[in-house]
Amino acid sequence: MNWELFASSFWPIVLGGLKGTIPLALVSFAIGLVLALGVALLRLSKNPLLAWLGRAYVSVIRGTPLLVQLFVIFYGLPSLGVTIDPWPSAVVAFSLNVGGYAAEVIRAAILSVPQGQWEAAYTVGMSRTRALRRIVLPQAARVSVPPLSNTFISLVKDTSLASLILVAEAFRQAQVIASATFDYMLLYLEAALVYWLFCTVLSFAQTRLERRLERYV
Amino acid sequence: MSDTLLTARGIRKAFGDHEVLRGVDLDVRRGQVVALIGPSGSGKTTMLRSLNGLETPSAGTLEVSGGPALDFSRPVTQRERHALRDRSAMVFQQHNLFPHMTVLQNVMEGPVQVRRVPRAQAQQRALELLDRVGLADKRDAYPRQLSGGQQQRVGIVRALALSPDLLLFDEPTSALDPELVGEVLTVMKELAEEGWTMVVVTHELSFARAVADEVLFLDGGVVLERGAPAQIFSAPREERTRQFLHRLLNPLD
Repeated sequence: MNWELFASSFWPIVLGGLKGTIPLALVSFAIGLVLALGVALLRLSKNPLLAWLGRAYVSVIRGTPLLVQLFVIFYGLPSLGVTIDPWPSAVVAFSLNVGGYAAEVIRAAILSVPQGQWEAAYTVGMSRTRALRRIVLPQAARVSVPPLSNTFISLVKDTSLASLILVAEAFRQAQVIASATFDYMLLYLEAALVYWLFCTVLSFAQTRLERRLERYV
Repeated sequence: MSDTLLTARGIRKAFGDHEVLRGVDLDVRRGQVVALIGPSGSGKTTMLRSLNGLETPSAGTLEVSGGPALDFSRPVTQRERHALRDRSAMVFQQHNLFPHMTVLQNVMEGPVQVRRVPRAQAQQRALELLDRVGLADKRDAYPRQLSGGQQQRVGIVRALALSPDLLLFDEPTSALDPELVGEVLTVMKELAEEGWTMVVVTHELSFARAVADEVLFLDGGVVLERGAPAQIFSAPREERTRQFLHRLLNPLD
């Protein structure tokens, strides 16, 4: 084991995580959640066409590999005259992906709010939109924190795929050092360690957040 | 009479092939307390829910003084439904308080968010009402921190805060432990004495007898018998009414 190499490459990989992986995951997750809410509402719509649209979206996203989605956007779109830089390409791909997966979580969370809550909202005079915003979504949000946290943690790991379109994130840093030193085992294990550290911290934050929310539900 | 608040005629409602209401008439005068009684599946809750648009009848007419006149043989617009709901407020069997809001927020939500009452004014009114049912000190509690009877009293206050013309109660004590029923019925009795107009679906016969001005016995989606409580409970005309009352009063027979 080359401890010297391990020590000297640790910080660059962590930095790749802090400057590449985490911002990429955060931005994609934020955009993805907005998208997911829209898709969830489409799926819950009484209009069959809108509901079908939502279902089709979820089906396509969940039925195709994330890597393929990423390549279609980065390598495929230029042939249609749309060229996007690596980082925004990755954001688009991951946001669309989160949009599909989180939509199902949000839909289930909305459905888990008892019908009586809608009815109570209606009887105090609310419209459907207001009932959704003031009464149902806050309750659904609490229910969806654990599964959405899992979605986020998965996303953090999935962003390593962006290394394939040369986005400078944690795994890309490990690859660069590995290809110069030929110590693939060491560098890739080190990358795994860094991801594991990140995800452990996130799991810890998730537990804290869930415990705080338990107080209300 | 001019003090008629609500007139329903020939209300019918079918869920698929099953007809739950088969032509129900209901008149409610201002200040009157009407009790709907009957076996489960008789349609009494569906009738109550039709009065504020939680159910949309398949036929019949519903007219509310100062509100809309609805003819259910044609589609009801969202606007009409809102106009109907504006006249009434409902207390549910399972209180249906908003769990993510405090007691005070629950009570203020309708007035502030929907009726656009200034926050300070809504809060003052909410606190007065909470004080009246003995829950002013629970203003910052969340619903799950309250007993069943307290939750239901907050449910009543939430309804009162809307200053409705008509209070609808859907079996408000059926989900409560027996020892908590009294505190809720006491509040309802006081409201009746104050002159609130109420339609109450209930299994509490002693409450109906003591508080209601008129009792309707529903069975199989029709009003089988209606009259003053003294008549319904002491001298029911219909055999079905007699059987129902007997079963409720002597469950072990």
